[in-house]
Amino acid sequence: MSASEEKAKEVSAEAAGHGADTSKEQNTTGIVFIFFVVGLAASLLAGWIVFPKVLYSQKQQPFDFNHQSHMEMVDNGCQSCHFFREDGTFSGAPKLAQCIDCHEYVQGGSEDETIFVEQYVANYHEVPWLIYAKQPPCVFFSHAAHVNGAGMDCGTCHGDIGNSTSLPVYEYNVITSYSRNIWGKNIAGFKKNTWDRMKMDDCSECHQKNDVKQYSVQTEKGACFVCHK
Amino acid sequence: MEKGHNNTTTKRYGMVIDLDKCTGCGSCMVACMQENNVPFKKDETDKIKSITWLRVYKLNNGKPYPDTEICYLPRPCQHCSGVGDHGHSPCVSVCPATATDYGMDTGIVSQIYTRCFGCRYCMAACPYHVRYFNWWDPVWPKGMEKSLSPNVSVRMRGVVEKCSFCFHRYQLAMDRAFFEGRKEIEEHEYQTACTQACPSKSITFGDLNNPKHAVYELKQSPNAFRLLERLHTNTKVYYVSSKEWVRMAGDNYLKDEHKEMARAKG
Ligand code: HEC
Ligand code: HEC
Ligand code: HEC
Ligand code: HEC
Ligand code: HEC
Repeated sequence: MSASEEKAKEVSAEAAGHGADTSKEQNTTGIVFIFFVVGLAASLLAGWIVFPKVLYSQKQQPFDFNHQSHMEMVDNGCQSCHFFREDGTFSGAPKLAQCIDCHEYVQGGSEDETIFVEQYVANYHEVPWLIYAKQPPCVFFSHAAHVNGAGMDCGTCHGDIGNSTSLPVYEYNVITSYSRNIWGKNIAGFKKNTWDRMKMDDCSECHQKNDVKQYSVQTEKGACFVCHK
Repeated sequence: MEKGHNNTTTKRYGMVIDLDKCTGCGSCMVACMQENNVPFKKDETDKIKSITWLRVYKLNNGKPYPDTEICYLPRPCQHCSGVGDHGHSPCVSVCPATATDYGMDTGIVSQIYTRCFGCRYCMAACPYHVRYFNWWDPVWPKGMEKSLSPNVSVRMRGVVEKCSFCFHRYQLAMDRAFFEGRKEIEEHEYQTACTQACPSKSITFGDLNNPKHAVYELKQSPNAFRLLERLHTNTKVYYVSSKEWVRMAGDNYLKDEHKEMARAKG
C-alpha cells in the first residue's frame, strides 16, 4: 500500500468513524428518552394506581343498606336511627333496637334483608357495622357541639350518605388500619368538598375559621385538649 | 355559626385539698387508676417504675414519739400556669414535640400520647414528679381490657403520661351542655374521679376564677398553701392544713429560713 493510499484510508475511516459516532449518539438519546418515558409512566402508575391499591385494602359491610328507601318508611327522619342520648352523647351507627320493630320477619325479597334477619335479628347479634368516619382512638369528637351547637348538617362532614341507595365500599389503610375517609379518596390529598377528608387539619381549618377554642399556648391555635382525649 | 371565643369566660380549673380531712385511705388513687386506664404491673414494689397519676404521700414532722405527727398528701398534676397565668408551665416550655400543651380556656395541661416520643424532658422539668414514663406496653389481666374506659385513650410504651384532671369528663359535660342548648357547664357537672371517690370529702374541685364555685372561697383560707410556691409555678392545686409544719413542708425551706418565712406569711 502506498502512503497516500493509507492516508486516504485513514481519512475515510475517520469519516466513517465520525459518522458512526453521531448515529450512536442519536441512538443513545433515543434510548434514554424512551427509558425516561417508560420510567416516568411506571412511577406514575406505581404512585397513583398501584400504591393506593397496596396501601388500602377493602372490607365488606355485613350487608348492604338502603338509606333512601328507609327514609321513606321511618317517621322521625335520620333521628329514627341516629339520635342523641339524654346525656348528649350520639348513638352513632344504629343498634338492633332501632330495626327490630319492622324486621322481626323478612318483609321484602332482597338478599340483604334475609342476611340481616336470619343472621343477626334471629340471634340478637348486633351488626358489626364498619364506620367510615371512625377517627383514631385518641380523638374526641362531639356531634352535639356541631349539630346542636353550631347547627351543622350531617352532609357537611359525611356527604350525601343519608340519601344513598347503597353503602359505599369500606376501605382502610393497611398500615394504620384507619378508614380511608380520614385521608380521603384522593391519594394526593386534594379536596373539593368539606366531607372529602377529615384529617386533623380539616377539623382545625374550620375551627380556626370559626374561632373555636383557639386557646393553645404552644401553637396559639386550637388547644390539643379540645379534640383529643 | 357562633364564635366560641367571645362567649366563653376563661376558667382555671383547680383543686383545694383539705389535708386535715385526708385519712390516707387511697380511694382517690384507686378511682384515678380505674377512671383513666392507668396501667399497672404484677409486681408494683418498684415505685420508680410504677405509674400513679395521683399519689398519696406520707409526711411526718420528723419528731420522735410522743410528738410524732403524720400527714397524708394526695398529689395530682398541679397544672402550673406560671406567673400571670401565661401557661408556660415547666413541662410545656421544654417539650420539643408540642405533645404537652396548656389550654387557656380551662387552665389544664394536656398530654397527647400519640404525639409524645418519650424524650422525658418534661419529667425532668416537673418539680412535682407528676409525670410518668411507660417503660412497657400495658398488660391488662385477662378480660380487663374489656372494662377499659373508651373515653380515655390507652397509652403505649415509650410515652409520658400524667393526670389530666379527668378532662374527658369535661368533654362529656360539654357534650350534654351542647345537647341542652347551653355553652357553659355547672360546677357539679364536671368533677374529677378522685374528688367523687374521697370518702372524707377532703378534695374539692372547680373553677378557681368562679366565685360561685366552692374552691373560690376555700383557696383563700389563711391555712391554704401550694407546693413549692417559691418556684413561681403558680399551681392550681391548693392544700389546706391547720398544722404549721405541714404548711412549711410545702416548700423546701432551709432550717434557718423557717422562722423568717413563717413571719412573712403571717
Ligand atoms: C319503618 C320500618 C323499618 C325500620 C325501622 C327498618 N327497616 Fe329495613 N326495611 C323495611 C322494609 C319495609 C324493607 C323492605 C323493602 C323492600 O325490600 O322493598 C326493608 C329492607 C331492609 C333491607 C334490605 C335492603 C334495603 O336496604 O332495602 C335491609 C338490609 C334492612 N332493611 C336493614 C335495616 C336495618 C339494619 C334497620 C335498623 C337500623 C332497619 N332496616 C330498620 C322497614 C324498616
Ligand atoms: C332506618 C335506619 C336509618 C335511618 C333512618 C338513617 N340511617 Fe344512616 N345509617 C343506618 C345504618 C344501618 C348505617 C350503616 C352504619 C355504617 O355505615 O357503619 C348508617 C350509616 C350512616 C352514616 C355513615 C356513618 C359512618 O361513617 O359509617 C351516615 C353519615 C348516616 N348514616 C347518616 C344518615 C342521615 C343523614 C340520615 C337521614 C337523612 C340517616 N342516616 C338515616 C341507618 C339509618
Ligand atoms: C365545618 C366546620 C367544622 C369541622 C369540619 C369540625 N368542626 Fe368542630 N366545631 C365547629 C364549630 C363551629 C364548633 C363550635 C360549636 C359551638 O361552640 O357552638 C365546634 C366545636 C367542636 C368541639 C367542642 C368544643 C367545646 O366547646 O368544648 C369539639 C370537641 C370539636 N369541635 C371537635 C372537632 C373534631 C375532632 C373535628 C374533626 C374530626 C371537627 N371538630 C371538625 C366546626 C367544625
Ligand atoms: C363536624 C362534622 C360532622 C357532622 C356535622 C356530623 N358528623 Fe357524624 N361523624 C363525624 C365524625 C368526625 C365521626 C367519627 C367520630 C369518631 O370516630 O369518634 C362521625 C361519626 C358518625 C357516625 C358513626 C358513629 C359510630 O361510631 O358509630 C354516624 C352514624 C354519624 N356520624 C352520623 C351523623 C349524622 C346523622 C349527622 C347529622 C345529624 C352527623 N353525623 C353530623 C363528623 C360529623
Ligand atoms: C380541631 C381538632 C384537633 C385539635 C385542636 C388537635 N387535633 Fe390532633 N388530631 C385530630 C384528629 C381528628 C386526628 C385524627 C386524624 C388524623 O390523623 O389527621 C388527630 C390526630 C393527631 C395525631 C395522630 C394520631 C394518630 O394516631 O394518628 C397526633 C399526634 C395529634 N393529633 C396531636 C395533636 C396535638 C399535639 C395537638 C395540639 C397542638 C392537636 N393534635 C390538636 C384533631 C385535632
